[in-house]
Amino acid sequence: MNRDLSLLIGILAALLAVLLLGVFHSTLALDPGQRLASLALERLPESGVSNPVTAVLLNDRAYDTLLELAVLLAALLGIWSLGPARPGFQPAGPALAAMVDWVVPLAILSGGYLLWVGGHAPGGAFQAGALLGAAGVILRLAGNASAGLPSEVWQRWLIVLGAGVFSLIGLLLALTGYGFLSYPPGQAKWLILLIETAATIAIGVTLAAAYVGGRPRMAQPPRSPLAAPTADPEAKR
Amino acid sequence: MTAAFLYGGAGILLFALGLWSLLVHEPLLRKLIALNIMGAGVFHVFIAVAHRGDGTPPDPVPHALVLTGIVVAVSATALALALHNRLEQEASDSAKSTPAPAAGLVSGLSIRPQSDPIRHE
Repeated sequence: MNRDLSLLIGILAALLAVLLLGVFHSTLALDPGQRLASLALERLPESGVSNPVTAVLLNDRAYDTLLELAVLLAALLGIWSLGPARPGFQPAGPALAAMVDWVVPLAILSGGYLLWVGGHAPGGAFQAGALLGAAGVILRLAGNASAGLPSEVWQRWLIVLGAGVFSLIGLLLALTGYGFLSYPPGQAKWLILLIETAATIAIGVTLAAAYVGGRPRMAQPPRSPLAAPTADPEAKR
Repeated sequence: MTAAFLYGGAGILLFALGLWSLLVHEPLLRKLIALNIMGAGVFHVFIAVAHRGDGTPPDPVPHALVLTGIVVAVSATALALALHNRLEQEASDSAKSTPAPAAGLVSGLSIRPQSDPIRHE
């Protein structure tokens, strides 16, 4: 790019930053006024969980979280539609392999802990799902081409699990007269835990599958010698 | 108040830096990193806004928004990287199929090893 133009863009971006800083400073100086925080904290005992962030995510703004799981699903569909995954990395050396043997089970265990602790302390489905996804990334870096994920059919089911369980519970609640995703009093905790468990698995599988970066290949591609001459040699790169 | 301003102000600076990098740099990968830095700046501002003074618990609504935003940003980045990979693949394929053998060889050599140096075939 032209050097003068990039300088001009830099000056404009700096001016924008100064403007935003000024606005932000005067906003902080103002009286905060009526905030959603007081409402959210006041209704916390009814929400079924005692961690306010989880209450907002899974109860007050459950719609938002459901649609976000749909965004994850759509992103993975986009990645899969771009073609097959690249082959994985070389198998890890003994030191990395030994570390992976320890780190992956620990990551899964910590994911389960984070899922449970999300009810009353920082944690929850997103953190737990991110840990599961990280376990998949580590496995793929260590030479497991499928990032530890099951076959494609199973992956499809696990990936829709989050949005699926979420909307099924919402529809069942709507049919029984409570309204879409308005939990009946007393049942909220278990419904939230069920949704969060499904969401954790779905988020973990989706993130790991996104890291694989394409439609999953079969473990042993059935490459018959008769089919080889017709196949495009470029496709096997 | 000062802490919230410093934290949110750092977020605004990150946003401006990311915006500059997004507009100035040509390669798609750098634009993608710049977009992620912009997003991180926005998350900073949200976290700073959630602060309601010492002694009171922070506002959980912006925290929840940031939490969902991080996951959406990660998945959008993954999709963008997949698109970028595909574009690069198409570019190297078309470079190799050009009639001039010398140019095709050179560009093929220069693009392919960079894209995945430690993968095995």
